[in-house]
Amino acid sequence: MNNYTLFLIIIIYLFGLFFIAFIAERNIKSKWVNNSYVYALSLGVYCSAWTYYGSVGIAATSGIYFLPIYLGPLIAIPLWIVVMRKIIRISKQHKISSIADFISLRYGNSRFLGALVTIVCVLGIVPYISLQLKAVSETFIIMTGREHNTSLGILSDSTFYIAVILAIFSAFYGTQTTDATIKRKGIVATVALESVIKLVFFLIVGVYVTFFLFDGTEDIYNQISVTDGFEKLVTIDSLESGFNWSFTIALSFFAIFLLPRQFQVTVLENTRTKHLKKAVWLFPLYLLLFNVFVIFIAWAGKLQLDESFNPEYYTLFLPLQNDNTLLALLVFLGGFSAVISMVVVSTLALSTMVSNNLIIPYGYLDTFIKGQSAENATYIKTIRRVSIFILIIAAYLFYYYFSIQLSLYSIGLIAFVVISQLAPSFFIGLYWNRGSSKAAIIGILIGFMITVYTLILPFTIEGLTGSREFTENGMFSLEILKPHALFGIDFLTPPAHAFFWSIMLNLLTYLIISLTSKGHYRERNYAEMFVDSSNFSSLQDNALVWKGKAYVADIKNVLIKFLGEERTERALNLFFEKYKLSKSAHMADARLVNFSEKLLTGSIGSASAKILISSVVKEEEISLVEVLKILEESKEAKAVNRVLTEKSNELTELTGQLQEANNELIQKDKQKDEFLDTVAHELKTPLTGIRAATELILEDEEMPSEIKSQFLQNILHDSDRLSRLINNILDFEKLSTGRDKLDFVEQNILDTILKAVNSTKHIASKKGITIDIEKEKNYRLKYDEDRIVQVLTNLISNAIKFCGPTKGRVHIAYGVKDNFIEVYVRDNGKGIAEEDFDYIFDKFYQSENQNIIKPLGSGLGLAISKQIIEKHNGIIWAEKGNKIGATFGFKLPFK
Amino acid sequence: MNRKILIVDDEPNIVMTLEYTFKKNNFDVYIARDGGEAIEIVKSVKPDVVLLDIMMPNVDGYQTLEFIKSNNELRNIKVVFLTAKNKASDIDKGLKLGADKYLLKPFSIKKIVTEINELLN
Repeated sequence: MNNYTLFLIIIIYLFGLFFIAFIAERNIKSKWVNNSYVYALSLGVYCSAWTYYGSVGIAATSGIYFLPIYLGPLIAIPLWIVVMRKIIRISKQHKISSIADFISLRYGNSRFLGALVTIVCVLGIVPYISLQLKAVSETFIIMTGREHNTSLGILSDSTFYIAVILAIFSAFYGTQTTDATIKRKGIVATVALESVIKLVFFLIVGVYVTFFLFDGTEDIYNQISVTDGFEKLVTIDSLESGFNWSFTIALSFFAIFLLPRQFQVTVLENTRTKHLKKAVWLFPLYLLLFNVFVIFIAWAGKLQLDESFNPEYYTLFLPLQNDNTLLALLVFLGGFSAVISMVVVSTLALSTMVSNNLIIPYGYLDTFIKGQSAENATYIKTIRRVSIFILIIAAYLFYYYFSIQLSLYSIGLIAFVVISQLAPSFFIGLYWNRGSSKAAIIGILIGFMITVYTLILPFTIEGLTGSREFTENGMFSLEILKPHALFGIDFLTPPAHAFFWSIMLNLLTYLIISLTSKGHYRERNYAEMFVDSSNFSSLQDNALVWKGKAYVADIKNVLIKFLGEERTERALNLFFEKYKLSKSAHMADARLVNFSEKLLTGSIGSASAKILISSVVKEEEISLVEVLKILEESKEAKAVNRVLTEKSNELTELTGQLQEANNELIQKDKQKDEFLDTVAHELKTPLTGIRAATELILEDEEMPSEIKSQFLQNILHDSDRLSRLINNILDFEKLSTGRDKLDFVEQNILDTILKAVNSTKHIASKKGITIDIEKEKNYRLKYDEDRIVQVLTNLISNAIKFCGPTKGRVHIAYGVKDNFIEVYVRDNGKGIAEEDFDYIFDKFYQSENQNIIKPLGSGLGLAISKQIIEKHNGIIWAEKGNKIGATFGFKLPFK
Repeated sequence: MNRKILIVDDEPNIVMTLEYTFKKNNFDVYIARDGGEAIEIVKSVKPDVVLLDIMMPNVDGYQTLEFIKSNNELRNIKVVFLTAKNKASDIDKGLKLGADKYLLKPFSIKKIVTEINELLN
């Protein structure tokens, strides 16, 4: 394939990625960017060119030895639910921006430790990045068929340009904000997409090789199993290789936590901890899928290609040898994707570390203190961007001058061994509060030096001089100092051997120094916060013990220099509101100091943040004992406070309920008062008549007899009225308080109507009023007959009362409508006045329009009727808009 | 000349006893069944005293009193409330509006006559 064509394809592909990152950054709220699948897939950045090409190489030369690199993560991932959740929570809480920051903060914002971790990471990862560039370069040559010629110089090497484009991509999308804790959705989205691309293309070539070049897995197995040395490829043949296996598994177990790029995507780019749940099954599945065809491709390569082909690139050679250039191109692009995501995320993570944990705390703090917020922000971004370029160029130069001879697999393992030196201080520090920063620093230094001696030095010397003299004989030609066989342990592979000695001494140093030395109070403070994170997260800014003198204005000035005026104001306002402090407070307390350090951590790293804040406050030394005591107290205070808050909330709620109940009582009381007033008034009226008439009859002996009998008649009448009133009041009370039980029995509605008519007939006929019933068929339904008779009697009596003086007529009708029985009582009187409709069913309401003769009602008839009908789940109403007379109706549920 | 009394109440039985009593005591008795009727009679007859119920349809006792006391020609007419409303707040309200006396139902006929005579002398 023409190299210009290929280069063009690469450029187009890269611009596609730029575009996707652009779209993702534009739509950071979209669910396409923010879901758990994107998160889980972005973890696939673990599968770099090493996985993509190197695994096949190892499978072809050393059999299933490629597997432990994936077994480590597979073992580690179930632990994530506990461990990773904790790491993510701590990182979010403290605004941590890299693994160097994480470790340095755990050991009390140790500036030196942060820098050391950074250096270890850079030294471990830069060769790893160069390995990726090497893969690009080599696959490019394979694709174009051109010989690699270093004599032409860097500028004619296409890999150089690709490295520069990657640096631009990483610098552009990785440093949009100065706060390194702000998520980079664009990069994560492209990484997730690349994870899909590389897996799919790898699976395609796997299927192609297995099922098109061969007749399935069985065919390959049958053919390979008869070749020489096959046994060696599929078994762990000895105890020694068992050790090698275990060490490599341990190595990759650590790597999945500690590799800066893994820390970046797993911890820093995590938007929600619940996304972990998806990752816990999806990511192992991803790794398994990636390894399904490795062994078959390796065997197929061995069967089809001779020794002159580098087995690492069987995936390219196999399609190329079978004239399938398009497939080879896909494989190339898959590998290229693996490279891009690894390089971009790694340089991003490293650049943050280099800027926040190395350059800023060691060189630029003074500049920042003098500078203004805008220039400081530019400064920080520039430092990160330059770091990215330097890292990628360094990796390129390393590749260009150095790593031509080394395999993908070996450099990858060196990186893993180097990174694993962080394991003791990282993992033990998470669960053991005694781990001290001195122990961490010395442990890492010792581990790193051993790695250098046993692994890096022999490789470097061999790489540079081509001589195996150092490797074979050791320093000073001492047998026990042989780099690959320290103290006579000669049965391990160099990486396993280096890992064994470095991690063992690292761990021992860490434990011994931690146990024997007394830590600084500040590191112990952070140790408590990390180890007991769930408990201390509730203490929030109170978890940092700090004593001293600080002015709010000083701290504010420092904050402004990095966050700008507006963000600082906003952040401080929130802080003051949260702790209910006065905004005009003069002196700052421990909480503000802690809060401000956190605010700065994202931009310049925890060590620098601590240094900057300390520069404007006067801190007093506190003893370790005091720190522990204060922490214990604040934990207790928090617990007591929580109980108090709960109790207080309960009380508030109870008070509310009481208030409500009281209001209800007052309302009821008022209603009762009004009711009693009205009742008293209504009772007094007939009583007044009785008393006055009786007094007159008694005292006035000259009273004419016809007047006397009139008065007696009145007394009788008023007495009747009084007793009727009393009965009605009691009745109404009984109904409205619900003490009355209705007696539901199935009845015929017509019979009930007739009963009511019979009881009122004599009054009607006395007044010459006729009552007629519009007879319908028989409807039977359940109701309390006595009560319904009461309602009907009341309605009919009212109708009689209001009928016109001549030709009075009461008309009763009934029927079924919409599952209700409806009954109407009509008269031909003067009807109901408009203003009466709203009140006609109220107790003691008597129409003002009936003033010709005071009617003889109690004022409770309709109110009682309403109660009765409503207790039957029915409705009673007076019809509006009648031309002649009044019509009352009620309906009862029917079926 | 006979003194003129206007009895305003919507309860015919009560009115009947008062009418009988005051006629016997040489009053010219006028009767109204609510405030509206009462005002008409007050304007045309100008009685010496009005015996006024409070709870009545249409125009109530308070309104009637206010009308009488706000009219220059009528304000000398004595107004006596005769009502079942016996709460202190009601009595207070009645007297504040300008009633000359506040009597309670049920009443003693003798006492009513005494009170009215006292008021007019």
